[in-house]
Amino acid sequence: MLKYTIKRIIQGIVTVWFIATVTFIAMHSVPGDPLTGERGMSEEIRQNLEQKYGLDKPILEQYIIYMGNMIKGDFGISFTQQNRSVNDIIREHFPVSATLGILSIVFAALGGVLWGALTAIYRNRLPDVVVMFLVIFGISVPSFVIAAMSQLILVNINTSFGFSILPVAGWGTISHMLVPSLVLGLGTMAFLTRLMRSSMLEVVNADYIRTAYSKGLPAQRIFLKHQLRNAILPVITVIGPAIASITTGGFVVELVFAIPGLGRFFVQAVQQLDYTVIMGTTVFYGAFLVFMVIIVDLIYGLVDPRVRLE
Amino acid sequence: MFKKMKETEETFAQVAGKQLLILTLLSFTGLAGLMIFLSWASNLFSDNNQRVGAIDLDSKTITLLLGSEPPQLDSTRTTDSVSIMILGHVMEGLLRYDENNNIVAGVAEEWNIHDNGATFWLRDDARWSDGKPVTARDFVFAWKTALKPETASEYSFILYPIKNAEAINTGSMNIEELGVKAIDDFTLEVTFERPLAYFEELVAFPTYNPIREDFFNSTSGRYGADAIELIYNGPFMMSVWVHGAHVKLDKNPYYWDNERIKINSIDMPYMTSDAATTINLFRDGKIAMIGALGSEQLDTALRERWKLLRTSDGGSWFTVFNFKDDKITSNWNLRKALQLSSDSSELVNKIIKLPGYIPSESLFPVWLKGTNGSFRQEHPATKIKPNLELAKQYLKKAKEELGIEGNISLTILVDDSPGSSKQAEYFQNLYSTKLSIDVKIDKQIFKQRLAKMRAGDFDIALYGWGPDFNDPLTFGELFASWNPNNNGSFFNEEYDKYVRISQTSLNKEERMQAFAKQQEILINEVALIPNYERGVVYVKDRRLEGLVRRVVGPDPDFTNVFINEAL
Amino acid sequence: MTNIVENLTPLDFKRVSKKKKTTSISRPSLSYWEDAWIRLMSNKRSLVSLSIIIFLIFFTLLGPIIWNVDPSGQDLDQLSSPPGADRGAILVEAYMPWDGLSITKNNSSEGLKDFYDLGATEYINVEGFPSTQYVRLSWNKIIGASGYRIYRNKFDPGSDNSLGLPMADILTAEEISFEDRLNLEPGEYWYSIAALDSLGRESNQYKKIAVRVSRAISIPEAIEKGIITQTSQVAIGDTIYLKFHPLGTDYLGRDMLSRLMHGARVSLFIGVLAPIFFVILGVFYGSIAGFIGGKVDQFLMRFADFVVALPFLLFMILFKIAFGIGPGESGVIPMLLALVLLSWPATARLVRGQILQIRGEGYILASQLLGAKTYFLILRHMIPNTIGVILVTLTFAIPSVIFVEAFLSFIGMGVVPPTPSWGSMCNEGLQTMLNHPHEIIFPASLISITVLAFNLLGDGLRDALDAKMRSKE
Repeated sequence: MLKYTIKRIIQGIVTVWFIATVTFIAMHSVPGDPLTGERGMSEEIRQNLEQKYGLDKPILEQYIIYMGNMIKGDFGISFTQQNRSVNDIIREHFPVSATLGILSIVFAALGGVLWGALTAIYRNRLPDVVVMFLVIFGISVPSFVIAAMSQLILVNINTSFGFSILPVAGWGTISHMLVPSLVLGLGTMAFLTRLMRSSMLEVVNADYIRTAYSKGLPAQRIFLKHQLRNAILPVITVIGPAIASITTGGFVVELVFAIPGLGRFFVQAVQQLDYTVIMGTTVFYGAFLVFMVIIVDLIYGLVDPRVRLE
Repeated sequence: MFKKMKETEETFAQVAGKQLLILTLLSFTGLAGLMIFLSWASNLFSDNNQRVGAIDLDSKTITLLLGSEPPQLDSTRTTDSVSIMILGHVMEGLLRYDENNNIVAGVAEEWNIHDNGATFWLRDDARWSDGKPVTARDFVFAWKTALKPETASEYSFILYPIKNAEAINTGSMNIEELGVKAIDDFTLEVTFERPLAYFEELVAFPTYNPIREDFFNSTSGRYGADAIELIYNGPFMMSVWVHGAHVKLDKNPYYWDNERIKINSIDMPYMTSDAATTINLFRDGKIAMIGALGSEQLDTALRERWKLLRTSDGGSWFTVFNFKDDKITSNWNLRKALQLSSDSSELVNKIIKLPGYIPSESLFPVWLKGTNGSFRQEHPATKIKPNLELAKQYLKKAKEELGIEGNISLTILVDDSPGSSKQAEYFQNLYSTKLSIDVKIDKQIFKQRLAKMRAGDFDIALYGWGPDFNDPLTFGELFASWNPNNNGSFFNEEYDKYVRISQTSLNKEERMQAFAKQQEILINEVALIPNYERGVVYVKDRRLEGLVRRVVGPDPDFTNVFINEAL
Repeated sequence: MTNIVENLTPLDFKRVSKKKKTTSISRPSLSYWEDAWIRLMSNKRSLVSLSIIIFLIFFTLLGPIIWNVDPSGQDLDQLSSPPGADRGAILVEAYMPWDGLSITKNNSSEGLKDFYDLGATEYINVEGFPSTQYVRLSWNKIIGASGYRIYRNKFDPGSDNSLGLPMADILTAEEISFEDRLNLEPGEYWYSIAALDSLGRESNQYKKIAVRVSRAISIPEAIEKGIITQTSQVAIGDTIYLKFHPLGTDYLGRDMLSRLMHGARVSLFIGVLAPIFFVILGVFYGSIAGFIGGKVDQFLMRFADFVVALPFLLFMILFKIAFGIGPGESGVIPMLLALVLLSWPATARLVRGQILQIRGEGYILASQLLGAKTYFLILRHMIPNTIGVILVTLTFAIPSVIFVEAFLSFIGMGVVPPTPSWGSMCNEGLQTMLNHPHEIIFPASLISITVLAFNLLGDGLRDALDAKMRSKE
């Protein structure tokens, strides 16, 4: 177990190095640089700036310096927000994205399991038809359209009531989080509902359910202990990757609902070619994902006796 | 048997449904708990200020929206309009603009500008937000800091009229040689590099703001990065700055002209540039103002029966050409053909669709002051009427000179903002239907477009210029051959000569004549095709009064705002 | 135990007669694919989705040939017009600039008044024929005013003084006319005029006028647009019909139907080609790893793990920028490249897993023992047994790629104008959603329908190709 963990962590570190290198290469192959400003500047000022950010050095040297700093956990100073370090930016904005992500994954998982179970129980009847229709809607409309629409609906509800039931944008309190996280989790919820439904239907025909019936177990016990429990397993296995895609995929929701998350900063940083912020964000997210996957795998190993870690 | 099965299935569904209901309820309670925990946890990282409506009468607070996060508020390095807006509220320079956009006394009580220098007498009751007086040394320190090569300030050029500033900035002279001196605590003396007629206008620019040396040093390089890393001498001070989310300005008790300020706080808890979000927040009564409406939103505004207002943002927008020898746009006949086929009023009326935008005829916008009245009224620009027949003749001539058979092909460089793409598409269609010119759109992200402009890697580009100070020179010097912003490398000896005159002459009449000459040369040489002067249609809460919109300086300006409680 | 055969008679060596078969195949023998096809066809949902996809293919390939309209041609007379809008336009004279009306300044000693003392004008006249070409207004001078502000509204200003859009400020009292050409649409407008005092403050008094604006087009414009010819027998005042746009136009007056068709070419091109490319790459990569096994397999799979670890959307944006878009290019190729580079490992893993699994199956061993060559193994066993999985992956990949394209358009990094794509049309439509809903409804529904169709087809295919399902039903 320990050996396995160490092996995985070493692999993880190599992966993060790979991510950093790919980002570095991709970023420096973009024409232009972060120092170009709207107001033209003289050669001397440009040189001063280049010197300050170390951009005057050969690219390989920049790479080595950057990697060295990265090992020390220092992502450097932002180009656009000249007095803030990238570490600060990540520390301030990642919790926002993470909160949003956790909440939407909880929404998605709970909703997915409950809806999925519901549709399976009432297969081909009204609840099934209604929920599956919503699910189809959820997976087939682009997220930014859903986000914009839901905001618009919210405004109309608020104005028709004459006071704000839920805020239309911004960040800070629970009420601010509700709609954005629902919107963000919608796609995953739809996906999980489908998965849960088919998984439930498969389990219904399993031998152990028949055995349970023939043993004369009460229906509620069969449903809870046998059917639901076993049907959830495949759902849990996909939640790991879903966390990854949700926490890094909050761009749209962050933009539409004016949420100060890291995703929005990344989009801005790319437009501004803010090298250090781009590097910092991708490396941080990459590392976050890699280690999340490792932790999820380790937990599976502990929870599910059928999985042996080696 | 079959019936039996059906029955069990039925009861099973019932039982399971009940179970599911219980589970749902349980999970909802769990969820509520989680949300409370998360909101507590996220409060550790953000603020938990209570949000009120757009205008709060009790606390005299107005709530607004910021278009973007200010990159930093170190006045020596600031460049963007959001930072300049905030700095205009929390800082005060020697001079400032009043509600009628005239230069009035700021920290300086009196001033005297003469041929080779200026003297400012500072008021003795101007205070920093910790109660210490604002002294002449604070200005000297700020200006020297901005000019230090290692600061690498993008706007250092605005200090160049001060003696030796340019040499210091480029590293060829010692910082102590700068032509500025604090005679005593309240007297500041400036020596000019050369005679200068518009120094008053420059001094109102944020780069000229004061910075206190001991405070600057105590922040160890983080000056302006956070609310506590700044010290204020303006009407307001920043009490909250959550990056990317929230800025709050509170009335500064130490401000010398405190009675002028009628509101206690300006709260800006939203940061977004998304037009739909902005309008939704305003409809929801959460913000007191929309700084600029888009053309798509005008119908909504009319339906909501809002009181709409308009102003100009001062920017002049035009098509620039590349004059490098290897570019076909260096051919005068081709440029003339493009000029004669362009119709700026069609662009404004059909594509931009916003009142407030003015189809422009010159690089110099209509709001610029002249000798007595408006510059453009005293020196009207030659009107170029669209004339397709003539344009085709010039195009034919251009093709002969360039030795091109078949269609001419041009590249138009734009950035990735939706507005400029739209205009590029319009021009592409215009030139291809009218002149059969193949226009290729080169759409690049912001920085890449700037880099391509600097490198001269374009044929034509859509370009805009906002004024740095209230003098035609801020536009005129753009096409001087030595100007780093002259991206198309336009070169005309006579033009350079007139720019020199307008820079150094102290005679108002002579300067305006020089600008008129510049305007004429630009039109005759077709150095640019003027497109429009940018306008703004905005809407504010009816209770909000005294709001000032500016062409130059911090815009919008809330320092004179008061709340009309009668409405 | 001696077992000696004795007393054999010739009868014993007689051939045993052929017996009737005890069991027989009552139905025709079906191959795997025939069976899958039958099952797919019996699934109503897949059938519907398949027909939608066939329709989309026609829409994309044949559409632009049948409806041959330039997707970037701008019809500035019909901006954002919804489907089925009235196209009738009255022929008018060519536009001539108007100098306006002004009166000479009388030198009498009338003083300037403050805004609260200023009255409204007595009348507002409409000069000429009010049309989408122009609306010209004139009014009488207000004594003591130093200028006027002209408003335009689409609704009656009513009692709450909602005068609407501030169209212009006129800063001399002597200029008493105004010409409006700003985005005039046929319909009713309310113009109001209020006086300004010398400080630019506005009087509370105003005069309003309702003006009905008709759609108009000048003869030279109509000829230029090809609606009438030089020789047409038309006169000023005749009604002619502007170009027909079945699904309306967008904010630049471009034909929606044509843009949707050309947009389909981009969206579906990316949506179909990118999955095909990365699936092919993944299949090659995965099968090489699976076949060779050992160190090579380990190395290849480790590399695939690296690529999987790259945060997808972040790198999508980064790669898209890094590959760059030259002038005049549509930006489709960089997007395609980025997608392929980032998406192949999933397929590679899947295929490798399949190959490893199949390699261990008994029938492969049996086949090998019977002397089957490698290529036979691949052709007869590996490909047929993996292609189902690959096909399903491919079908499910298409909707997600279409979404990625739409997402990139939303953050402003999609295809370059004037190239249309459904994603960019959606994003543009989002801005005008409230006032011109047709600009978002059409592209958004096309995306939804396509995504849905491919998802349902994927479901159907998975069920149909699943060998386990064969025994059921």
